[in-house]
Amino acid sequence: MLTNFEKGVHPMNRSMFRAIAGAAVVASAALATACGGGQPAGEQKAAAPVAGAPVQINGAGATFPYPLYSKWFDEYHKKNAQVQINYQSIGSGGGIRQITNETVFFGATDGPMTEEQLKAAPGAILHLPTVLGADVPVYNLPGINAELKFTGPLLADIFLGKIKKWNDPAIAKVNAGATLPATDITVVHRSDGSGTTYIWADFLSKVSPEWKDKVGVNTSLNWPAGVGGKGNEGVAGLVSQTPGSIGYVELIYALQNKIAFGAVQNANGEFVKASTESVTAAAAAAAANMPADFRVSITNAAGPGAYPISSFTWLLLYEDAKDKAQSKAMVDFVKWALTDGQAFAAQLGYAPLPADVVKQEMAALERVKTQ
Amino acid sequence: MRKDLGFRLGTGVFGLFLILIVAAIGFELTRQSMLSIQKFGLAFWTNATWDPVAGEFGALPFIWGTLYSSVLALLIATPIAIGIAVFITELCPQVLRQPLVFLTELLAAIPSIVYGLWGIFVLVPIVRALQVALPDALRGLPLFSGPPLGVGMLSATLILAVMVVPFTSSVAREVLKSVPVAQREAAYALGATRFEAISAALFYARTGIVGAVMLGFGRALGETMAVTMVIGNNPQVSASLFAPQYTMAAVLANEFTEAADELYLHALIEIGLVLFIITLIVNSLSRVLIWSMSRSAKAVPSTAVQPVAAEA
Amino acid sequence: MLRRKLVSSLFVGFCGAAVILALIPLAMILFFVVSQGIRALNVDFFTHMPTPVGEPGGGMANSIVGTLILTALGSLMAIPIGVLSGVYMSEYAGTRFASAIRFAADTLNGVPSIVIGVFTYGIAVLPFKQFSALAGGIALGIMMIPIIARTTEELLLLVPGTMREGALALGATRARAVFTVVLPAAAPGIVTGIVLALARIAGETAPLLFTSFNNRFFSTNVTQPISSLTVQVFTYAISPYEDWHRQAWAGALVLVGIVFVCSLLARFATRKMSGFTRS
Repeated sequence: MLTNFEKGVHPMNRSMFRAIAGAAVVASAALATACGGGQPAGEQKAAAPVAGAPVQINGAGATFPYPLYSKWFDEYHKKNAQVQINYQSIGSGGGIRQITNETVFFGATDGPMTEEQLKAAPGAILHLPTVLGADVPVYNLPGINAELKFTGPLLADIFLGKIKKWNDPAIAKVNAGATLPATDITVVHRSDGSGTTYIWADFLSKVSPEWKDKVGVNTSLNWPAGVGGKGNEGVAGLVSQTPGSIGYVELIYALQNKIAFGAVQNANGEFVKASTESVTAAAAAAAANMPADFRVSITNAAGPGAYPISSFTWLLLYEDAKDKAQSKAMVDFVKWALTDGQAFAAQLGYAPLPADVVKQEMAALERVKTQ
Repeated sequence: MRKDLGFRLGTGVFGLFLILIVAAIGFELTRQSMLSIQKFGLAFWTNATWDPVAGEFGALPFIWGTLYSSVLALLIATPIAIGIAVFITELCPQVLRQPLVFLTELLAAIPSIVYGLWGIFVLVPIVRALQVALPDALRGLPLFSGPPLGVGMLSATLILAVMVVPFTSSVAREVLKSVPVAQREAAYALGATRFEAISAALFYARTGIVGAVMLGFGRALGETMAVTMVIGNNPQVSASLFAPQYTMAAVLANEFTEAADELYLHALIEIGLVLFIITLIVNSLSRVLIWSMSRSAKAVPSTAVQPVAAEA
Repeated sequence: MLRRKLVSSLFVGFCGAAVILALIPLAMILFFVVSQGIRALNVDFFTHMPTPVGEPGGGMANSIVGTLILTALGSLMAIPIGVLSGVYMSEYAGTRFASAIRFAADTLNGVPSIVIGVFTYGIAVLPFKQFSALAGGIALGIMMIPIIARTTEELLLLVPGTMREGALALGATRARAVFTVVLPAAAPGIVTGIVLALARIAGETAPLLFTSFNNRFFSTNVTQPISSLTVQVFTYAISPYEDWHRQAWAGALVLVGIVFVCSLLARFATRKMSGFTRS
């Protein structure tokens, strides 16, 4: 509805005020009731009987582990009703930026923070791996039932926009037997800053010098080709709605949405499909020589059966945050997530952390000041 | 009078607050984009590269996407909006007038997010089917090149056009009403057809009509959610209607919370600043045009119950 | 003459077609919003919280309450500023300062909502290091102010000068004349303007993305992030989950319902109004 001044006219007459009065009074009354009556107290009451002061903690970041985190925070809230952890999946870039600005209490990312980013933050930030996940190449090719295979350089060329048709000889070569259509390839990538992108670009940089040179590695990229979708959700949505498209999402998004995804060749030359086992295999090697700050890349990992586009995903916590009550609650939560919480990982297509890593993290958590 | 001074100051303070908000928006946006302004200068406007990895930021793709989508939307919306305005003021039976006004203005009341939702699930598949059905001969043209995505410039343009129509048509309606009745009656008396009489009226009201179109333009430039959801979000300068592109408002919605380093953030805020300045200019211009029209046409029922002299 | 008649009929035909062309998308949108939205609209939708990602069920209770709180906060800020600057503009209509306020109001009304969001993030989120319902309310309030201010100005100008002059002649101060005579006379109309402004901002998404953020939980705390119908519909719409899509449509239906009711009320008023001005 347009207001009068937007139309550039000012017509009104005093005698109509009475007419409006009824409408206005009804409207304001409706509004008042709506505001006053609309506050069911159920949730608050549920929280009341449990011991301990209620803590609300806000966090934001990666969409890659979002399905698991939202399950975790939900389960944890059921167990500890006084703790509400509100997590918003705005992308890894967002997680880093908002924790640096201290607008959220914790961040989450799939690409570790760089030295510069760590320096820009007002306090020491701890990286805590929570779980492992994998990026998978998802595609939408109606009529193709065979599962496609990709090599690293092939994926790089597709995402560089050099391979434009599905029946390109380079694709056909590794997919003998599949009848590929002559349709155009639509590349779908993330439009937001994303750890999923970071992992993807990290892998492509390791297998394609041209990618490393032209595009590089970051949570946001200057994409040579394609369309952008917001979040893993957005990319999965675009791919499932666009015939002829290829994109990359965290494994769970492909599984939950039943989008086809291909096998990728690892450093040993094997074509491996992403699964809990193949991601765990990729992590096994990394666990042995995990750096003290947990910032490690495990893409293109060697080792039999290792899925090459795997990664840890991290929670970001200040070691010495202002609000110690929140710090305490977060440390308790992380301890739960690293132990009991790991059971939810496999259900949702994530690989649980290797036991060694959990042990190192439990030690690292001591650094977080809780009083 | 002394005793009124308190009242004048008391209410004036709130008016001042309103002015301060506008000034503060301009100031904050400038202050928070200084890094980018100093680093890129005028090249920011002409550089087509948006590369957060290398720290190189140019706003051209967003400026292009914003202007292209808005202009195309106006090309579609303007004739329709004027047609509606003429139909309602000049042609339609009296009983239909109010219902039609209500229905067309309802288009302006539907929230942007609802347009976006409808765009994703209804319009985008239609546009994709349209592109698939396009004859090969046309597909070679730069205007229609690209793979069939559905999301892209055309979807954004169509949604914008629908959203702009109610604004332009309702202002055009008011402007047409302000054309003196005598002007039209004179035309009919001279044996003019309906078309001739109405086009004379449109010509008479041209300043105001242009103002109406510009007001719609201002709306289209700043539209965020619906466009973000269907334009494809890819910073490129392309003439193709089917290419995924990006707008200034959309890049803010997508990337603002996520820009991890300072320069990136400042570049984004500079885009906000550019958008602010452009819409400010367009809106001011449109108001000046509409005002000058309604002022010159004395047939407008005057609201001129002038308040008592202000020199208190 | 025949040719002229033909051109004329073609023109009339075009104008009629234009109306139909504009009504097609309106009909389509309303059809889809109602038909898709009604499927997911049940009691749970109004009384339950969202479920974890990918699990069906749940509702938008927190978002509905969030939207009400946000619009209430916006009104709280915008109504005094809007009404009183409107009073100034009408009382001192000829002055340069009044023109400046008017210009600022019109400018503010044209500022894209996403820019208001960026601005509010800078002044109300960053300094307090906290996304909050309050920041969302400020963003929405900034959008409401110009609408309320200009509506108030228009309506006050319509109150017959004789009423005010009468009051002044009886020795009332200007403040007394305005607050006891002029404003009450225009009050119902001003409330209508406020309802219109509410309808406009209840459907806003862009200014809330970086201010009130979103909240998984039921929250009425204005210093914490809060959920809103619009942001929730956006999140659900771009997600890949069928169940979330259904809820997005339901959310859209509720939004359109709110806006539709407000518009009808305002329309009722405008129709009366046009009866006096079209002579």
